[in-house]
Amino acid sequence: MPVADSDRAASRAPDPARPAGKLVGARIRRVEDRRLLTGRGSYTDDYRPGNPLYAAFLRSQDAHARIVSIDVSAARAMPGVIAVVTGAEMARVAKPMRARSTMPGYRPTSLPVLAVEKVRHVGEAMAVVVATSRYLAEDALEKIAVELEPLPPLCDVEAAANPEAPWLHDEAGSNVLVSREFAHGEITPGLNRTAPANAAVTIKERFRFRRHAAICIEPRSYVAEYNSGTGELVLHSATQCPGVVRTALAETLDIQEHLVRVVAIDVGGGFGAKSSVYPEEVAVSALARMLERPVKWTSDRREDLLTTSQGWDEVIGAELSLAADGTILELKADITADIGAYSVYPWTLAIEPVQTVSFMPGPYRVSNYWARALGVATCKAPTGPYRGVGRPVSTFVMEGLIDRAARQLGIDPAELRMRNFVRPDQFPYKTATGIVWDDAPFEELMVRARARLGYDELRAEQQRARAAGRYLGIGFAAYCELTGIGSATPAAPGMPIPAGTEAATVRVDPSGTVTAMFGVASHGQGLETTLGQVVADELEVPLAAVKVAYGDTAFAPYGTGSYASRGAVMGGGAGILAARAVREKADLIAAHLLESDPRAGKAADSQPRGVRQISLRAIAQAAYAGSKRLPKGMEPGLEATRFYDPYYGTATAAVHALALEIDPETYAIRILRYVAAEDCGRIINPLVVDGQVLGGVVQGLGAALLEQVIYDDHGQLVTGSLMDYLVPSAADVPTIITEHLEHLSPTTLGGFRGVGESGTIGAPAAVANAIADALAPLGIVPNEIPITPDWLFRAINGRRPESG
Amino acid sequence: MAEPRKVRFKVNGAVREGLAEPRKLLVDFIRDDLGLTGTHIGCEHGICGACTILFNGEAARSCLMLAVQADGAELTTVEGLAAADGKLHPLQEAFWEHHALQCGFCTPGMLMTAYDLLQVNPTPTEEEIRTGLSAVLCRCTGYQGIVEAVKAAAGRMRSSS
Repeated sequence: MPVADSDRAASRAPDPARPAGKLVGARIRRVEDRRLLTGRGSYTDDYRPGNPLYAAFLRSQDAHARIVSIDVSAARAMPGVIAVVTGAEMARVAKPMRARSTMPGYRPTSLPVLAVEKVRHVGEAMAVVVATSRYLAEDALEKIAVELEPLPPLCDVEAAANPEAPWLHDEAGSNVLVSREFAHGEITPGLNRTAPANAAVTIKERFRFRRHAAICIEPRSYVAEYNSGTGELVLHSATQCPGVVRTALAETLDIQEHLVRVVAIDVGGGFGAKSSVYPEEVAVSALARMLERPVKWTSDRREDLLTTSQGWDEVIGAELSLAADGTILELKADITADIGAYSVYPWTLAIEPVQTVSFMPGPYRVSNYWARALGVATCKAPTGPYRGVGRPVSTFVMEGLIDRAARQLGIDPAELRMRNFVRPDQFPYKTATGIVWDDAPFEELMVRARARLGYDELRAEQQRARAAGRYLGIGFAAYCELTGIGSATPAAPGMPIPAGTEAATVRVDPSGTVTAMFGVASHGQGLETTLGQVVADELEVPLAAVKVAYGDTAFAPYGTGSYASRGAVMGGGAGILAARAVREKADLIAAHLLESDPRAGKAADSQPRGVRQISLRAIAQAAYAGSKRLPKGMEPGLEATRFYDPYYGTATAAVHALALEIDPETYAIRILRYVAAEDCGRIINPLVVDGQVLGGVVQGLGAALLEQVIYDDHGQLVTGSLMDYLVPSAADVPTIITEHLEHLSPTTLGGFRGVGESGTIGAPAAVANAIADALAPLGIVPNEIPITPDWLFRAINGRRPESG
Repeated sequence: MAEPRKVRFKVNGAVREGLAEPRKLLVDFIRDDLGLTGTHIGCEHGICGACTILFNGEAARSCLMLAVQADGAELTTVEGLAAADGKLHPLQEAFWEHHALQCGFCTPGMLMTAYDLLQVNPTPTEEEIRTGLSAVLCRCTGYQGIVEAVKAAAGRMRSSS
């Protein structure tokens, strides 16, 4: 059934006349929680098919080396071992993944399932053992003899970008795997050129946002089954994107896509790190087909730190010129991203540096902008999407520039932001990089953040603290992000996966219960509840009448999954369209059953007829009974599948504000107060929105103050355990104050904007600014993330922090 | 590879027994041999706390113990927290009310750790709750809902005892 004209109109603007639903907006505890609280969840590693085999991967201990030989004969003779497969053998049954892009300046490279000729980072898999238990499989790994010929490790991103450096991927002919330059307005390309004539100040800074890891508490896990009779492959996967994995498996394994099913029911966190397709997913699938037995692999934490995609590793030279009144005149950024050894599928290595360029101007009026982004291959784990993608770094840089400018101009930092925000009368606002902000209440967010923080009192307190020799600082970060990205502005431009749409199928069962099926899948966001609220409201049924089903390509309509804060906008929009189609048909059937005309009924008293007068069960009974009980010409059945494309997407904005104090003895950083004022459009469930913001902020605080993936000069991972890679615990973080504006999106169905990434985007920038403010009397301005007590100790004691 | 040994212990009130190689981790035995998959594995080196169970009434990381060490012990896993009739424990109820879980993967370990905390200290301050829960890592919630839930459960458990 084609989308009705009314649906098209609705996709442009929410209907203000439509009364607010009973469930959307309500603080409802989550439907999914009972099973998760009682130990009855269905995570991938919980899945136990009969007669299973277990895979263990032999991983490189060298960062860069040519594989001379691999001898697996002794391993094959070990107890319980069913098979040992090398890279060369795997290559015969599984193609490498190739993240393609039509983006100019992008050089595609291959990601092999197992390394074939050489290894490019520590932890890369070279062979796989399949045995009757994981213990036996790991025993056999020790019997594999590998001869590697070391090659020079590429560990420093700027050295790797040098044309003289050895290549990691010979096929690319360079380590610079993406190079993009961008200019808008009147601007001289390049850093260190003449500033605009009317510039009162030009801030020049070199920023360093170090490498981080998502650390989902559930490690990656995959279980593959193959039926040679039907040719069907089923993969249970801890993935955010079942639809994408299915397409990738069909391609790499040369299986027709309709014979591949990907299942991801409960997923223990994703944060972007489970949105790419991994070699192990392809490997266990190939092995299950080869051996015709189920094959399971679950990562341990060391493997997770060695191989799961990491994030945000960038060096940024930036310049901001402003007039004496604080007006931004021009912005420049030269970004070098350490993308690690491979280009992740399907997003490509370009996703982080290119999005950093795209979002650098932030919520401000920036007419003149120049930027360059290089993505450079090094001997480290690949980087991929990590909560915020590009925006944590762009916000850290832009907000750092603004604060430096405020100090030089003698303008209050909150005030300087207010002067440069895109003004309410300028929406929809097209940014210098072509992104359209539909609208966003920047000024109001700042006003609210300041008020909840108690800004003026804190400034007074800061004066007293400084007089007493204490380091108390206040920091802000404002940002705007594009969410619910539609087909006009793909998440990763030029890539082959169509990511601008999502779909829902809403079906009324014969008994009157409702099953709503989605391509978006949850890994903690509570979609089972929130999408249920949306669908139930459209159908005017209680929440308990709706079962939300997702995470299984066997029944879900095609969709790419949950990432980029798109679940509410994309899933919610598709759910609204499908539920409305069902509702319209149900109304017609009800009217027929009442022998009345629903349109006349609506005109008479403006009340929707049908469902309210006749039970959904009775309507469904008629729908499935067939034409005899239905209006003339109506197709039997009561279900609809609808696709939703928000086209441009919408804007989610926030202002984060905090006060912190640095202990002058221990250099410990204590957060005194933290406010996240955000606008995610219409709130479906305040409990869930709060959770997304709070969790994101704490993840951002970890990124700012504790977390860093460290490789040494030989490409060895130094932070290979959770004792070395520090994730915040409950004792490390403060209570966060949230403030929600519910500024409905004018462009999305339902007015939703999305909220998943907001915390990690704002926190690192705000923390860095607060530390700079605290240390202003010493003139210390941090230009890197994370900022640890060790960093502060070195800075305050006059020594330059070691770079690395 | 040493010969498997017979192990026998009480889990959630029921006597269970089986054969375990001496090197087999207790958490693997609980998940794979007993089929109690509510106890999760997050790091296998004693940091994340997702595998926390009650071992003779005290919180313990089942990834840092061998199954043979549990011979003769009394264990409680998350599956044993609710009453036999399915009525949730006050901690489970409070976690539900206060949105103390998102992906749910750390939740079993968080619940068992909170249970232990409230056994030892039925009236914890917020700081004591945060310190007590620092044994378990959560990457989703920012801990705020969890702290609120433990406060609320402590109140409910006091008033009902």
